[in-house]
Amino acid sequence: MKYIDYVQLNPFQKIGYNLKNFFVALPSNIVKFFKAIGRFFKKIGLGIGRGVAGYFTRLVKGDWATKLSYLIMGFGHIMKGQIIKGILFLVTEVAFIAFMIFFGWDKIYNLGFFSPDHTIGFNGEDYWVDADGVDFRISHKPPVEHVRADDSMQLLLYGVLTLVIIAVFLVIYFASVKSAYKLEQKVAAGEKVPTFKEELKAFGDEKFHITLLAFPCLTISLFTIMPLIFMILIAFTNYTKSAPFFGWVGLQTFADVFATTGGASKGETFIELTKWTLIWAVCATILNYILGMIVALLINKKGIKLKALWRTMFVITVAVPQFVSLLLMQQMLEGNEFGAINQLLRDLGWLATSDGGAVQYIDFLGNANKWVPRLTVIIVNIWVGIPYTILITSGILMNIPADLYESATIDGAGPVKTFFSITLPYMLFVTTPYLITTFIGNINNFNVIYLLVGEQSSVDLHNAGYTDLLVTWLFRMSTSTGEYNTAAAVGILVFIVCATVSLLTFNLTKSAKNEEEFS
Amino acid sequence: MIKNYRTRRTVVNVLIYVLLAFLGLIWIAPLVYLVMHSFRGGAAELATTIIPQEWTFDNYAKVFNPPDPNVVNFPQWFMNTFIIAIFSCIISTLAVLMVSYAFSRLRFKARKPLINVGMILGMFPGFMTMIAIYYLMKAMGLLAMPKVALIICYSAGAGLGYQISKGFFDTIPRALDEAATIDGATRNQIFWKIILPMSKPILVYTVLTSFIGPWTDFILAKIIVGAQGPEHYTVAIGLQKLVGLEYKSQHYREFLAGSVIVAVPITALFLFMQRYYVEGVTAGGVKG
Repeated sequence: MKYIDYVQLNPFQKIGYNLKNFFVALPSNIVKFFKAIGRFFKKIGLGIGRGVAGYFTRLVKGDWATKLSYLIMGFGHIMKGQIIKGILFLVTEVAFIAFMIFFGWDKIYNLGFFSPDHTIGFNGEDYWVDADGVDFRISHKPPVEHVRADDSMQLLLYGVLTLVIIAVFLVIYFASVKSAYKLEQKVAAGEKVPTFKEELKAFGDEKFHITLLAFPCLTISLFTIMPLIFMILIAFTNYTKSAPFFGWVGLQTFADVFATTGGASKGETFIELTKWTLIWAVCATILNYILGMIVALLINKKGIKLKALWRTMFVITVAVPQFVSLLLMQQMLEGNEFGAINQLLRDLGWLATSDGGAVQYIDFLGNANKWVPRLTVIIVNIWVGIPYTILITSGILMNIPADLYESATIDGAGPVKTFFSITLPYMLFVTTPYLITTFIGNINNFNVIYLLVGEQSSVDLHNAGYTDLLVTWLFRMSTSTGEYNTAAAVGILVFIVCATVSLLTFNLTKSAKNEEEFS
Repeated sequence: MIKNYRTRRTVVNVLIYVLLAFLGLIWIAPLVYLVMHSFRGGAAELATTIIPQEWTFDNYAKVFNPPDPNVVNFPQWFMNTFIIAIFSCIISTLAVLMVSYAFSRLRFKARKPLINVGMILGMFPGFMTMIAIYYLMKAMGLLAMPKVALIICYSAGAGLGYQISKGFFDTIPRALDEAATIDGATRNQIFWKIILPMSKPILVYTVLTSFIGPWTDFILAKIIVGAQGPEHYTVAIGLQKLVGLEYKSQHYREFLAGSVIVAVPITALFLFMQRYYVEGVTAGGVKG
């Protein structure tokens, strides 16, 4: 279909056409998606292959000093005059070996990969007690006196830390070997060997990126990546609050999350909360987007005065910290005579009274009913979200060419028609990436749910209320009820959903971008 | 049907004014309620009417001069948060500028892979790792120093939020760098003497966002200091405690007054930097 034909369709035909195109293109897009993932891993594999190949070629081609550098780091550097650099490499190696002998090996061993029952920290000789001296391993062997008061959590943490240190050391090791070979080549070519001072200077210039990134990379690996690896590992254990000693259980936790045994099981809860999370994310994203845009249009309409005042009235709610506005909302929505909303409804005379004359207050956030609290959080979220949309879209709305609207008015189009035929398509075209990030953000929207509803539980859900999203369920399991392994598994699943959604839609918008430009 | 175009336009505009006034009222109402009731006097802690019957400054006096500082100590919470915010603001700003400058202006082999790693890390639910962080802090003995622990929490991952300032650096012409390089400047000098002085807007934005962060964060603070004594609380945790079941019947109005005290400066800062906020969000998330 040519663009000119497309423009002449009515809105419903357009939606139908776009939907059809989406589903026709979906299989090939999914194939593309997996191909992209395949390419990604192929690239990594090739990179590793090249690295290993280079490692061995350099070993074969290098002179004896370089060859010895493979065993004694920095030997080649010392022999060729870069003494300080060589000594630094040597010190690193010695420190690493000492670390592994006195600390590291034990920690790796404690990870439990070699123990008969896959328990972390059990190596067949030690017995474990908690601070009060209660033995947790009585079931295995009779307790003896010698004890170590660590628990699996700490041992796993140290184990992961050791793995990270080994990885860092390997990077330094490969870098040192490579640089030894390069130095040899430099000497062979008769070039001047750079002094230590000159090498340091390079970190302010051609190697400046290393200087800049070293500190952030260190903190990110220590406080973001390492905890992440750690939590991913937790998903494959049977760690809960009541079991400080735990072991590897493979995919059992995931099986539990998917098992639908009826009642308030984890499986049923997972399905129910996944459904609600998706409903919530779709409602919150679309409602906020469209309603916010309409308000922005109203504010920016020609002939409306005091634009700054109207804008500020909405935007000021973005500026107030969410824990203030949402905790306040929670108080105002209370289902008794202290809730401001109920007071308002009562004073207006809209609340029913029971036979005894007592006013029946509405329990907006209580979990007695499934859809009342859900509707409440969606409505409150409109209050939270519309100002954001106004902030973001105002500028873009002003950029829509005015002649589009003028010609539409001349052709007799009303405001509703212009909105759906001009404004919405234009905005959708420009703000698709923003919509995707908002959608992902809503799947992870912890604040609105948790601060508003707090921790409520429903009888037919496993430690969750009807309004809980997957992420608040995760939070509750990892703080209140201490089902750490399930929480970690749910976290991984949420990650998979978010990653797939953003990669798929990212692909789609990228391909859409090349096909036609809005003009 | 109104024939006259001008009359019709006036009627439409009046309708829009009414609608905007109504909506604006709804949006502003909770904040008005908050301010109004923070001045509410009388014996009853919880309001039974929408408009307060008596007015007083006592709530603010109580917040600044807590009668029982071992339970409610707002000045202390405020100081805690202030110290945490200052330090994490300095560290985060440095980290963000360093990372975004490296990704924007320098070309090196690991650039693309590192950017991809950053993107993937951003897709994990942020607080999935908090239990691990808690135990990490415990293992490092930092739980005894909750302020240090929180500063680390807020600033350690700050480098991942580089996108907005990278977008800004990308708009500075590369010809400037090239000219400086020809004149013999190192990349270090280019960063400090050319790029940074030109980046005042993004510097202001980064400083303000990282300063506001600790004031509004709830989750991490809850994990680190939630189980500790009230003298270690940040304002978010302290105020949330005041509306908990245990305290609400005695301290509800202090919660309202404290909220106002926290919200006013933050609101002012935000209104001041909203232009940068919009530029920042649209730079990464909008095309065209």
